[in-house]
Amino acid sequence: MGFEKFGKVNYTAETKVKDFVNYLENGKVKATQCKVCKKVYFPPRMDCNNCLSTDQMTWKEINNEWTLLTYTKAHFAPTGFEEDTPYILAIAETHEGLKTLARISKSVSEDKITPGTKLQLVPIKLAHEKTSYEFKLLSE
Amino acid sequence: MAMSDVAVVGVGQTAFTRACGVSIKELCFEAFKEAVEDAGNLQPHDIDGSIICSAPEYDKQRSPAGAIAEYLGLNPKPTFYVESVCASSTTGMRAAYGLIKSGLNNVIAVLGFQKMSELSSAEVQERMGRGADIMWESPFGLSMPAGYALFARSRMQKYGMTAEQMAKVKVKSSKYSVLNPKAIFQREVSLEECLSARAIAEPLKFYDCCSNADGASCIILANDETAKKITDTPVKIIGLGAASDSLSLANKVSLTGLNCALEAGKQAFKMAGIQPKDVDVAEVHDCFTVAEIMAYENLGFCKPGEGGKLVEDAQTYIDGDIPVNIDGGLLGKGHPIGATGGSQVRTIVMELRGDAGKLQVRGAEIGLVHNIGGVGLYGNVIIFSR
Repeated sequence: MGFEKFGKVNYTAETKVKDFVNYLENGKVKATQCKVCKKVYFPPRMDCNNCLSTDQMTWKEINNEWTLLTYTKAHFAPTGFEEDTPYILAIAETHEGLKTLARISKSVSEDKITPGTKLQLVPIKLAHEKTSYEFKLLSE
Repeated sequence: MAMSDVAVVGVGQTAFTRACGVSIKELCFEAFKEAVEDAGNLQPHDIDGSIICSAPEYDKQRSPAGAIAEYLGLNPKPTFYVESVCASSTTGMRAAYGLIKSGLNNVIAVLGFQKMSELSSAEVQERMGRGADIMWESPFGLSMPAGYALFARSRMQKYGMTAEQMAKVKVKSSKYSVLNPKAIFQREVSLEECLSARAIAEPLKFYDCCSNADGASCIILANDETAKKITDTPVKIIGLGAASDSLSLANKVSLTGLNCALEAGKQAFKMAGIQPKDVDVAEVHDCFTVAEIMAYENLGFCKPGEGGKLVEDAQTYIDGDIPVNIDGGLLGKGHPIGATGGSQVRTIVMELRGDAGKLQVRGAEIGLVHNIGGVGLYGNVIIFSR
């Protein structure tokens, strides 16, 4: 248990990376890095599919500068997200090649967003003591 | 021992509808009966195995293969279930091909089905939320349309693909689905209608998306010696390719095309020993308009980035260079997940036999099916020859 606090709707309570949630609650978005082969993972994981090491990961600060690759404004949502529509889902990449999907904060006006826009990933608090992260403009 | 070739000897499909009003067993029976009758000289007891294909999250019945094989009268022959979401029934075809080629089976029925109306729309919506990586992507509210919209946006940026080009895929689809009595969508739509429709996941609008449906398909395959005894018009499988990409949208190899389709296509063309330009008619997985445009490029019908122009120039219409989805495609027929691949195969088999009526591509000799599961997750390409 522990990971169920991640995200508005969550389907995964048990995972080796549940500490990710503690870091988020303390305002940090962390990646993992394999001690053996040095590969960095975000989202984090404890099993390395590069060298097959298990539980040889260290938590690592991410280089929090992301480039927006693509986005969509969703007007239609799966169960649990209906009240949030419309919301913007985006995929962005760091210069080391880490890629992730998250929402872009509703505080960012849509005319500021285009593929190539520089973003940062910030922890957010949600209702019912849940937590997540979202993209904001790097310049904010 | 010489390896036998594998051919399709019979095809069947129910109409794809919004709510079929019958059980999954009855739905499958209708497609099965049509395929057996289509085969001609074949009795159900000649079928020595069955493969049942659907997306299990829509089923109330656990282990549907058992229920369906019993209802079709296929016991005690072996039966099993395969799943690769929207690509399930072409994965079933691939498994059948391997079993026949190895000599373990002579004649196999591949049944694909989905009764999406089995669930309430709230239940469907809940399942849709779990179609993405549930740990790192579903918690943000990702849906299928949003997944394909991310590809569409990225193509607009990189290639200048337009909303109008996407809409033109639906305009083409509706022109043909009205000629297909088994299609759900029986009305021609105009470009203006498509462009002014409400947004679902920008830049995708209502008519850029296919609709859920109930339906079943059945494809009967046999080794070539048996096939010759069953029918005068067997359609040979000459190439197969299959590939996968990440479930996570963020980790896709490309955001402007589907790498699983590109890889599967390369394998199938190599095995068949043909080039994309040799294909006379194709069925591609147009769950969204942008998906059809990406398929043109991933299959080599045009260069990367030129897919939008291909449909704009009407080259994928029935009298174009490469007719694509001239039975209406998923956009026109509806998309009963597990039945879709079999429906695509049925269309190509009918085209190659010269049985496609108003939708016949004249002189078609080589046909291709491109069937994708998930958002570019599983890719199957199969090439057929008459």
